[in-house]
Amino acid sequence: MLTSVNTMERPIAPSEFRAHSAVYREATSQTGKPNVSSTTKDWTAHIIAIRDKQDQVAFADLFAHFAPRVKGFLMKSGADASLAEECTQEVMATLWRKAHMFDPARASVATWIFTIARNKKIDALRKMRRPEPEDLPWGPEAEPDQADAIGLRQETEQLADAIKQLPDKQRKLIEQAYFGDLSHSEIAEITGLPLGTIKSRIRLALDRLRHAMN
Amino acid sequence: MINHHLTPELMMAYSAGTLPEAFALVVATHVSMCDGCRAEIDSFDAVGGCMVEDARAAALSVDSLEATMRLIAQGPATTKQMPRLSSGTLPSPLQDYVGGDLDAIKWRSIGMGVKQAILPTSSDATARLLYIPAGSAVPDHGHRGTELTLVLQGAFSDDEDRFARGDVEVANEDLQHTPVADIGMDCICLAATDAPLKFNAFIPRLAQRFLRI
Ligand SMILES: [Zn+2]
Repeated sequence: MLTSVNTMERPIAPSEFRAHSAVYREATSQTGKPNVSSTTKDWTAHIIAIRDKQDQVAFADLFAHFAPRVKGFLMKSGADASLAEECTQEVMATLWRKAHMFDPARASVATWIFTIARNKKIDALRKMRRPEPEDLPWGPEAEPDQADAIGLRQETEQLADAIKQLPDKQRKLIEQAYFGDLSHSEIAEITGLPLGTIKSRIRLALDRLRHAMN
Repeated sequence: MINHHLTPELMMAYSAGTLPEAFALVVATHVSMCDGCRAEIDSFDAVGGCMVEDARAAALSVDSLEATMRLIAQGPATTKQMPRLSSGTLPSPLQDYVGGDLDAIKWRSIGMGVKQAILPTSSDATARLLYIPAGSAVPDHGHRGTELTLVLQGAFSDDEDRFARGDVEVANEDLQHTPVADIGMDCICLAATDAPLKFNAFIPRLAQRFLRI
């Protein structure tokens, strides 16, 4: 069962983050260098800790890893540095508030953060509404299946590796599609994205969820 | 049973957040009825996750984390929301634009029993609901850009195929077609275009002025 999230119990003391400033500096000092991370870390436990315990230490860890990347992503999508900084803070605050919505059977933490950042981009940069699909029904049975979550994590890692191994030209096209330079007809030129296995995995998780609700 | 789905390029562009709002509305409405395309869009989101993971890290402002914690402290308390689920004919993303289900649509007649309602979206493309009486035809037209048509009630057929509830037809420049609604039930569709249609006959061209397409 999904645990409901309590409001924060006490005010935040900035001093609590200082212990983490080393990690924090390490991430921000990477400016200008592409990140080469072959083994991606699983951040699910951090989200659960934020969801269940409002864990600020876990949040500071996540922040150190993802906030500079989100900001880089938004700047590459056309935001200037100050707008990107503002949006990044809002994206990370949304992550805290919506931690109870995270579903590890359908998305990795990086994927989930991407969707929050993308929605922020549509709102702040393109200045339009984003129509979202109807929610999936949920209930006590909807707690994600552990095996689904593990399977999804493996598929996500394989996808990341496969994308890294694509020819340069093709990978650049995909980047362009996500950073907002390609129209949907130009996207039709992109081939070779190996989505079959991750798609079947997610489809299975959706079927299980629907089944649990009937 | 849905037989006609979204194209991969539409799903990828929806995931990337680069579609015109009118097209995104068609995608979100179809996905509300189709778990296959929902799973595929989730997969494209996973590609987006890889892009974020590999993005060049940008330097944050010095007090970035503290400022974010202040935002969190000032912001609304987290409350669990009820899922957005539609019990009517229109899936919830469409209900958000209409302001309710079928009975809330503000139809305007465009002649020969055909009615339309234009939905408020960004101006790079137009979304409208079309009401085609059972057995009637939509004027013969070709396309300059892309036209997406999603069936919400009833069914229509054109030279290509038959489309029923949940089916999407993706029409490009090379398609010249005359959709005809099935006998038996009035057909309601959501249609989105990113360029004005080219009608072939004199009367439809006149209708085009009323259609604002
Ligand atoms: Zn579909």
